[in-house]
Amino acid sequence: MSFNAGAVIADFPILSRTVRDGKRLVYLDSGATSQKPTEVIDAESNFYRMHNAAVHRGAHQLAEEATDAYEGARSIVAQFFGASVNEIIFTKSATESLNLVAYAMGNAPAGNRFHLKSGDEIVITEMEHHANLIPWQQLAARTGATLKWFDVTPEGRLDLSNIDSVITSKTKVVALTHQSNVLGTINPLAEIVKRAHTAGAVVVLDACQSVPHMPISVKELEVDFLTFSGHKAVGPTGVGILWGREDLLNELPPFLTGGSMIENVTMTSATWAKAPKKFEAGVPNMAQAVGLGAALTYLQRIGMDQIFSHEKELTKYGMSALLEIPDLSIVGPTDLEMRGGTLSFTVGDIHPHDLGQFLDSQGVAVRTGHHCAWPLTRKLGVPATTRASFYLYNTNADIDALVDGIRSAQKYFG
Amino acid sequence: MQLDNLYQEVILDHYKNPQHKKLSPTFDAQVHHINPSCGDEITLNVTLSGDTVANVSWDGVGCSISQASVSILSDLVLGKTLAQAQEISDSFMTLMQSKGTQTGDENLLEDAVALAGVSQYPARIKCALLGWMAFKDASVQALAKNQ
Repeated sequence: MSFNAGAVIADFPILSRTVRDGKRLVYLDSGATSQKPTEVIDAESNFYRMHNAAVHRGAHQLAEEATDAYEGARSIVAQFFGASVNEIIFTKSATESLNLVAYAMGNAPAGNRFHLKSGDEIVITEMEHHANLIPWQQLAARTGATLKWFDVTPEGRLDLSNIDSVITSKTKVVALTHQSNVLGTINPLAEIVKRAHTAGAVVVLDACQSVPHMPISVKELEVDFLTFSGHKAVGPTGVGILWGREDLLNELPPFLTGGSMIENVTMTSATWAKAPKKFEAGVPNMAQAVGLGAALTYLQRIGMDQIFSHEKELTKYGMSALLEIPDLSIVGPTDLEMRGGTLSFTVGDIHPHDLGQFLDSQGVAVRTGHHCAWPLTRKLGVPATTRASFYLYNTNADIDALVDGIRSAQKYFG
Repeated sequence: MQLDNLYQEVILDHYKNPQHKKLSPTFDAQVHHINPSCGDEITLNVTLSGDTVANVSWDGVGCSISQASVSILSDLVLGKTLAQAQEISDSFMTLMQSKGTQTGDENLLEDAVALAGVSQYPARIKCALLGWMAFKDASVQALAKNQ
């Protein structure tokens, strides 16, 4: 089945509404959050309508149905990127997933492979979203470990020329993004993972900007932990995923403690359930997890290969259209290899907020600012950028609207 | 176009020709305020003479609204007493929270009434307030230092 953007658009009710006095909504902010197809909205609301009960508790039919729906969603996630079901942990967000790993490592006692102390090293990159930077920065501060990072080149790629001195035998964890939320850069994982594993470090992958957009197999990536958020993958807000290799999840101490995550409890001690339960304290975001299951089912039906090539075409079209605009500079790689459908740019002296506001008046929704990657935008010497990010429901007509909007803004503010 | 309510000519003028945008070498207080959601930054110096604002100067990067607003503010409070500056500031704050229902007291706010349209764009109110918050902070610090 070939990709049909028109049919896809019809699946997303919000895309038929208008904004700002009747303008067609041109949604180019999927890097921040994606829109939702009807079947995801229905799956979430049907859970509340028909099946709502606390999962893993209760001796009644609803509890059984709720548990089946929730665990069914876990199976869908596992199957989506080739993992085992016990390796899938539901969190409230990718941010929580990353904090879970960082805090759990901070809880690891001496003797545990995740234990961190002065002299150990944590490696990240300069292009990380704050969610994959601050947890590690703060973990280093709490444990006395040293935070190191790969620099970003002016072209927006990771500088791996010093990989052997950045990742050393002292490195315990390498945490990096699969695809930059600002630059669109897709990072060359194979080389980094190989070096990290040779050094004895685990690799934590922030896959928020890749899992929704391309076929992913955790086995092929060979990373040790992977996180993404449901709401960027046409799923609901309030649900994120942490995937980890089973042996590592068994050794990693818990982060949040409480109900559901225990094996045995006395007044003075407790032992933990096995993963994934060990990492899911409290009643989880059940309807959202079920919604995420519906979202991934939807994406798989369209086909991740199809989505990836559709976005590649959009990026190619968008890149050449944007580069024709005088005074516009792309922030990030301009070659189309190893990059995704996120285009950040500056336009002469027009501040991104003003440009974003003008585009909004034309119905074009973009993101402006430092995109929660402040060290990166500082490094690149731009206080802020405007970002257009594409998804399966975008078309060349959306890009044309963006380009027209930018040209009109140049006249307005010129 | 509705956008013209936001980008009044006065605002674009102040943005292109900002007033008092050159940090004074001396000051009673210097503050640096950042809008963490977008990265706009303003450094602002205040010098008092008794309870009168003897000098205000600033430097910064940001959108037209944040930069024009601090330019307008500098013009407005220069030479005023702190009590008068407070009155202006309170009035501006009320205008920003008015959700487009007020036009502002032109006698008191002068060019700052041009920012009335900002109150219809919730995401931009913090842009307009950045310089005003910096001035408030700096004047309190300057007063404390001189006492």
